[in-house]
Amino acid sequence: MEHRYPPLVVAGHQFASRLITGTGAMTSLAMLRESLIASGTSLTTVAIRRFDPRASVGLFDLLHELKLEVLPNTAGCYSAREAVTTARLAAEALGTKLVKVEVIADDTSLLPDPIETLRATEELADAGFSVMAYLSDDPILARHAEAAGAAAVMPLGSPIGSGLGILNPYNIQLIAETSHVPVILDAGVGTASDAALAMELGCAGVLVASAVNRAEDPPAMAAAIAGAVEAGYLAHGAGRIPRRAQAVASSPSEGLAELL
Amino acid sequence: MSAATGITVNGKPAQVEEGSTLVGLAETLGLPDRGVAVALDGEIVPRSQWAVTLITEGSAVEVVSIAAGG
Repeated sequence: MEHRYPPLVVAGHQFASRLITGTGAMTSLAMLRESLIASGTSLTTVAIRRFDPRASVGLFDLLHELKLEVLPNTAGCYSAREAVTTARLAAEALGTKLVKVEVIADDTSLLPDPIETLRATEELADAGFSVMAYLSDDPILARHAEAAGAAAVMPLGSPIGSGLGILNPYNIQLIAETSHVPVILDAGVGTASDAALAMELGCAGVLVASAVNRAEDPPAMAAAIAGAVEAGYLAHGAGRIPRRAQAVASSPSEGLAELL
Repeated sequence: MSAATGITVNGKPAQVEEGSTLVGLAETLGLPDRGVAVALDGEIVPRSQWAVTLITEGSAVEVVSIAAGG
């Protein structure tokens, strides 16, 4: 698939698409396949769980068939220790040092635990992993994650699966402006305009899972969000007009015919 | 007949022949050639070491792979 933007580069890994997809909340492997194709994604994130002959092999074969890069994540981990072990298991299973570090604080808010996330990021980065760190939308935390060695920072727009979009666009913009590593908006996207906004704010990419996999028509939503990521990227580069409280005429007042 | 060694695999009780290695267990479990990782008593064992890693009585084996999620 052609994209109207340059590839996303994370720690030397190139991805043609700036839309990263999640496999969570999918209804079936067949539907996931259609959605992945429609999204044009290059990189898909997967969880690490106990081996299940049917589920594990089917997903593995699908990602291989679609020639997608796999981004293992540490979803389900509540501590740095668990996340580090999970990342090491993923590296052994998949032969990749790329990992999305996700350490959540509890199973109701699903919000990332900043302290444990930073610890895991530092330890894994020191061990040679390319860490993409899932974070709250805090510019200072993003700075700390980068200092700890994160290869990309992934601030949330809003809580996982909430579909509330970007609740603090000022923070996301500040993170995008001040980070020296790619900023990927992760979590909270509900529909295409949320993804477009993330890119307009200066994000380098967007990760979506629920927005696509729980949509009424997942492949259609995947295609819509892929278009939005492109549109948002182009709009960011085009430089939007400043917001004003009052109207600014776009037609000249000179040369008006005298009609009365 | 050789004696059986009692272990757990992903938290469930299992038996392997005495003197089995992780390669033997992988065959018994029908593990695919790629996409899985094994931890023995909490330590990750690289696939290259499976053939020389003996499973002993009471060993806890964890076998993981990818799953939809995250």
